[in-house]
Amino acid sequence: MCGIVGLLVKNPQLRDRLGELMVPMLIGMTDRGPDSAGLAVFSEPVENPAHKLSLYVPPPAGVSADESSYDWSALLAELRAGVAYDHHLSSTAGHAVLTTIAEPTVVVAWLREHAPRVHVLSVGRSIDLYKDIGSPAAIAQRYSFRTLRGTHLVAHTRMATESAVTPAHAHPFTAGHDFCLVHNGSLSNPHLVRRKLEPLGIRFDTDNDTEAACRFFEWRMREGDDLVGAVQRGFEELDGFYTFLMGTDQQLLIVRDAFSCKPAVVAETDDYVAIASEFRSLAHLPGIRHASVFEPKPQQVYSWRV
Amino acid sequence: MARVTAKAAATGNAREFDLAVVKLRELNRFLHQDAVKEGVSRVRVVNPDGAHSIACGLNAGFDVEIDGHVGYYLAGMNKLARVTVNGNAGPGVAENMMSGQVHVRGFASTAAGASAHGGCLIIDGDASLRCGIALKGGDIVVGGSVGSFSAFMAQAGRIVICGDAGDALGDSLYEAIIYVRGNVRSLGADARFEPMSEADLAAVAELLQKAGCSYEPKEFRRIASAKSLYHWNADANQEY
Repeated sequence: MCGIVGLLVKNPQLRDRLGELMVPMLIGMTDRGPDSAGLAVFSEPVENPAHKLSLYVPPPAGVSADESSYDWSALLAELRAGVAYDHHLSSTAGHAVLTTIAEPTVVVAWLREHAPRVHVLSVGRSIDLYKDIGSPAAIAQRYSFRTLRGTHLVAHTRMATESAVTPAHAHPFTAGHDFCLVHNGSLSNPHLVRRKLEPLGIRFDTDNDTEAACRFFEWRMREGDDLVGAVQRGFEELDGFYTFLMGTDQQLLIVRDAFSCKPAVVAETDDYVAIASEFRSLAHLPGIRHASVFEPKPQQVYSWRV
Repeated sequence: MARVTAKAAATGNAREFDLAVVKLRELNRFLHQDAVKEGVSRVRVVNPDGAHSIACGLNAGFDVEIDGHVGYYLAGMNKLARVTVNGNAGPGVAENMMSGQVHVRGFASTAAGASAHGGCLIIDGDASLRCGIALKGGDIVVGGSVGSFSAFMAQAGRIVICGDAGDALGDSLYEAIIYVRGNVRSLGADARFEPMSEADLAAVAELLQKAGCSYEPKEFRRIASAKSLYHWNADANQEY
């Protein structure tokens, strides 16, 4: 079991309140996912040619995440010396957002070599990604989710069933730029998908089933499918149970498998589209009593643009 | 407890519970224990906000009315009580109902009325997948459409579908009977259309009246089991 949460604000005045509206949604899904949580938030893109990288350093053994610290300024100084471009970094505990005009692949390669403790959570121009282990409320507090601003977000609470409880195994998963996916369910052929993708040079960070779906869709988009087309191809190639919620810089998309064992509820008003595994995570939203509330039908792709 | 008493507004033999203030457990405890002792005949619940297991396991003939959307397993195992939701219901509404009536004025999620032994489940809107799965004697009337795999392995009881049905309707059906007014995307294994008898028309009329639906019974088609799966066919090609 896991919980999924999505929110896209149509009313620009609500962009400043995106985090505030979302936190009760995320905490409302604690029963469904008490072991880890994460989110990807999309906001105004950084200007070309800059990119943003969300970075994470797990706490050393025996240190709690809230007490963990990392010398981000030392990392930044080393990075400036190693990759001679302008880089900026803002950090919260073990998490940081690096803004750089260097080619992201160069920065990622440098980090892999010189700062192996640093995990790259996401790359793009609009996306910031946070994920960690612990209760959703603790994680929301740790990274000040309430203050997040933006146009839309995708979030997840995890109850691990098929792979380890680590920050890397938490959702959302990302692949490519400005794309992320969260999953409630379990895939039965992730290894098959992986064996298909790895020979194409696609690198996996974990043994998690959801990562296989995420990398599959991103691969299809690089091959020319749009996201909806990629998802439709997934009906043929991804076997198992799923409610997938996905975000790109421009859209929010949800799809459920043919058997729809994993729930999802959508509430839409003139001001927002809100999605959760269950209505109890939507009940606090403003104007919810007059929202159009529905459950996504099996194998129908629902998407909303910013 | 003092807080509960203060917020559970009492008027004669009626009570109101505000789940924004009162814990669900207090409501269900009241419905199981004190409601009968105190001769309460009507209970109104506001701000259910998608909570699970509201009014589960009731065992007395009173009325419970809920204003808002509810979560999983509303009125599960219901006996005698009449439970009405002015909103949508989550998965497993009226699961294993024994008697009484559960009425959802909005839509119902998956597995509505699963394995209900008796009573009547009325859903004004659509019901999602697996409606009436393993039905064991209850009646279900759906004002809208039902999702795929509805009435899977339904053993006894009646399901009236005023709209359409998804794939594999009535798969591996036993003795339950389905009446459908709209299109059926596909029938499941061993389910078949059969002619409507006078008894079928009377049954549909009775159930439609109970649900407050105004369709003509003759608009409905009957689906029942062909019973070809009842016995092992040793002569069939046993390659799977």
